[in-house]
Amino acid sequence: MYTQWHAVGKKTDFPQDLGTCVKVNDKQIAIYHLTDGNWYAVQNLCPHQKRMVLSRGLVGGDLEKPSVICPLHKRSFSLKDGQLLSESKDCDNIKTYPVKLENDLILIEV
Amino acid sequence: MKEQIVVIGNGMVGYKFCERLLEKDTQNKFQITSFCEEPRPAYDRVHLSSYFDGKTADDLLMAKIEWYEDNGITLHLGDKATIIDRKAKLVTSSKGITIPYDKLILATGSDAFVPPVPGIDKEGVFVYRTIEDLDKMLAYSKNVDHCVVIGGGLLGLEAAKAAQDMGLTTEVVEFAPRLMPRQVDDEGGEMLKNLIEDIGIKVNLNKATSNIAGEGKVTGMEFADDTSLTTDMIIVSAGIRPRDEIAREAGLTLGPRGGILVNDNLKTSDENIYAIGECALYNNMIYGLVAPGYTMADAVAEQLVGRDAEFKGADMSTKLKLLGTDVASFGDIEPKDSSVKHLRFNNPHSGVYKKIVVSADGEKLLGGVLVGDADEYGTLLQIYQNGMKLPEDPMTLILPANDDAQSGIGIGDLPDTAQICSCENVTKGDICSAIENGACSIGDLKSCTKAGTGCGGCMPLLTDLYKHQMAESGVEVSNALCEHFDMSRSEMYDLVRKTGIDNFATLLAKHGKGLGCEVCKPTAGSIFSTVFNRPILEHAPLQDTNDIYLANIQKDGTYSVIPRIPGGEITPDKLIVIGQVAKDFNLYTKITGGQRVDLLGARLNDLPKIWQILVDAGFESGHAYGKSLRTVKSCVGESWCRYGVGDSTALAILIEERYRGLRSPHKLKSAVSGCTRECAEAQSKDFGIIATEKGWNLYVCGNGGMKPRHADLLASDLDQETLIKYIDRFLMYYIKTAERLERTSTWMTKLDGGLEFLKDIVINDSLGINEELEAQMQHVVNTYECEWKNAINDPEKIKRFTHFNNSQAQDETVQFVLERDQIRPANEEEKLSVTI
Repeated sequence: MYTQWHAVGKKTDFPQDLGTCVKVNDKQIAIYHLTDGNWYAVQNLCPHQKRMVLSRGLVGGDLEKPSVICPLHKRSFSLKDGQLLSESKDCDNIKTYPVKLENDLILIEV
Repeated sequence: MKEQIVVIGNGMVGYKFCERLLEKDTQNKFQITSFCEEPRPAYDRVHLSSYFDGKTADDLLMAKIEWYEDNGITLHLGDKATIIDRKAKLVTSSKGITIPYDKLILATGSDAFVPPVPGIDKEGVFVYRTIEDLDKMLAYSKNVDHCVVIGGGLLGLEAAKAAQDMGLTTEVVEFAPRLMPRQVDDEGGEMLKNLIEDIGIKVNLNKATSNIAGEGKVTGMEFADDTSLTTDMIIVSAGIRPRDEIAREAGLTLGPRGGILVNDNLKTSDENIYAIGECALYNNMIYGLVAPGYTMADAVAEQLVGRDAEFKGADMSTKLKLLGTDVASFGDIEPKDSSVKHLRFNNPHSGVYKKIVVSADGEKLLGGVLVGDADEYGTLLQIYQNGMKLPEDPMTLILPANDDAQSGIGIGDLPDTAQICSCENVTKGDICSAIENGACSIGDLKSCTKAGTGCGGCMPLLTDLYKHQMAESGVEVSNALCEHFDMSRSEMYDLVRKTGIDNFATLLAKHGKGLGCEVCKPTAGSIFSTVFNRPILEHAPLQDTNDIYLANIQKDGTYSVIPRIPGGEITPDKLIVIGQVAKDFNLYTKITGGQRVDLLGARLNDLPKIWQILVDAGFESGHAYGKSLRTVKSCVGESWCRYGVGDSTALAILIEERYRGLRSPHKLKSAVSGCTRECAEAQSKDFGIIATEKGWNLYVCGNGGMKPRHADLLASDLDQETLIKYIDRFLMYYIKTAERLERTSTWMTKLDGGLEFLKDIVINDSLGINEELEAQMQHVVNTYECEWKNAINDPEKIKRFTHFNNSQAQDETVQFVLERDQIRPANEEEKLSVTI
């Protein structure tokens, strides 16, 4: 398995504090641009009900441990390492992807 | 080489032993193997009856199967240990596995005791012990309608509840002259019998079953007093019998009437074999409760890691809820010593009986029984167990409390050694030190001390103690929304009103911390909407599920669309538009409970197009996605109905259009009925209106839903203007003071002063805020705009309505199948595979 960086849009295409879903090859990836200026990318599939909805989740948590909360059943995952943070441990962690910003373009490594 | 520990039996006590030994085995010197006769690992038999009200077998598990694997325990499921070879120290199972042991733990538990009555082996006779038993009963119950439970003890009454939950007409038959003969006295038994008969279960006392009648299947029962009963199903719950057959075979010493004899160390007659739980006979006693079993498990684990531990017998105090009735007993409830005093409180009207037994000098509490209300159990048990001195008048301990301070015994008076949780043997001292070490919530206390994780009976006491300790150390127990805001919703609302802060960033910077979460963000969003009433999408990042796309998310990630149909009145042309939209976008169509039409299965990309067509046809958003006014139902009223005395449809439309879009702590529902026949069901709504000959009656704080509550009459015979004023005031006061996600019904039950207080505010302006409340509502009314229309006219907002940011493709993982001529989401088996 080799990875490469993919450009997925301009910085301005990603509103702050909201998730946005992008398509890379045949993968769906959710990207979050937080108030503190940090960028995160994770799988769009919520492992709990196997639906492509994480990009529509609310982001929150602490500055050190930002998280996304799935809109279907409020399972929450760390944006940094994909760990399931909810008390009910009834689904897997999620995959995270490296993100970088180059000349106002957002790139993710898939 | 690790020391080989074999545990025979994986019930609650067998499991607890494994758990305890793992905890204590810090040097990792034990290898545990366990045989389990049942097809699943240990589950919670204490709460078995919850299997009939929605819990699954998995919910009841003490620990999932992975727990055993993760902790290196070899668990042989569905495999019963059959032979112990004590010389060679080997255990062999029914599947032929043979395992050597260094130490062997017998936790074989018990069987239901089935009295040797002629005919007891007929079809339709069950015991109440395992999940398999319950499944058999469930299957059989489908074809019968009457059930008799033999045994009026603790388990018998549990079984009676199960039978009633299965929808059977249920009777209890008890040999003794009273129910629960071990736990309650005559009067307590009498009260319990009355309470149980009140919920429709007949109780037959002094009945010795002499024959079970029927040809192959049960058709009836005959008793020694020549009476008989017709029934088609029987559950035997007449006590337990220790499972001692494997011990008997191995030549271990048993009691004269069964049970594996153990000493203070819980050792059997073989140095290397222990017995714990309901199979063990200690001091001539079989302990049929789970807490003593846990204590035994702990004592054996302690000894295996090389520490001294003895079992000293256990207290048989218990508190349970049987058939919805609290029953508790502790200590000696019928002492032979005639000099002791029995203090009784007996109120047949409220169904409460309490008795305490006090020593002759009035100093010590010896025992007690509580039926119908066991709130004082925690306090009384502490006084009894710790030998605390009784107050001047011990009667105050059981008289209905006017004030908590009256009993004279507070949680602060308990010694540190007082046991708070008997299941997990947690003392007051353990809990206090956990709090000192930083536990700062009930959840923390549960996870670090395990208190409250067993039967749950100690939760009230645990909560009191927690609050008390927090108050002692000067920490107020917080009503904070979440870790980001140290204030309640109503405090946040007042703050926003006062300061005029209208965005989350400022609110967080000035009054909160962190990034916010799914609790504080939507709360703040809702408050901003009520106070400033700007389009909800201006706070898009604050919305957690539905508001963010102005539609209701469904299980497959598609959305549903509900246009507003005020009062349920709609023209044929508009109906045709809805039908056309549903056809064009392939949506599933359903009439909702609120007199509207729900269009499901819409994809994110299609929402703006759908709204455009609906808005052009004169529809607007129905706010089905918001915590806001949903619908105002109506009947056809005096325009059409031969009984109608008021124009309910016109008023419903007026009210729905006045309050549409109003954001509140929870959803708001309303209805208007044109006469007292109440066809619109106005009395089950947050606010409901009923026409009378003289005007309108206003009812408030009703609720259908999860906890139904009938609305209360706030005011009668109002003209329309007064009615609207009252509703304005009522709604705004609710929005100002309720907590997050608190419906009006719950809010009302918690309101200090209740309905009268609310009437006083709304009608008499007792707080002097009505003018302000009305002005606030008028602002919301004046600034209303349709959220769909606002979104489709704003390119920035509508840009977000695509599944992908970098592609116009649809989400191919959303798949439908056809059912009854319409679409529904494909389930996992029906879906094509998806890459992540």
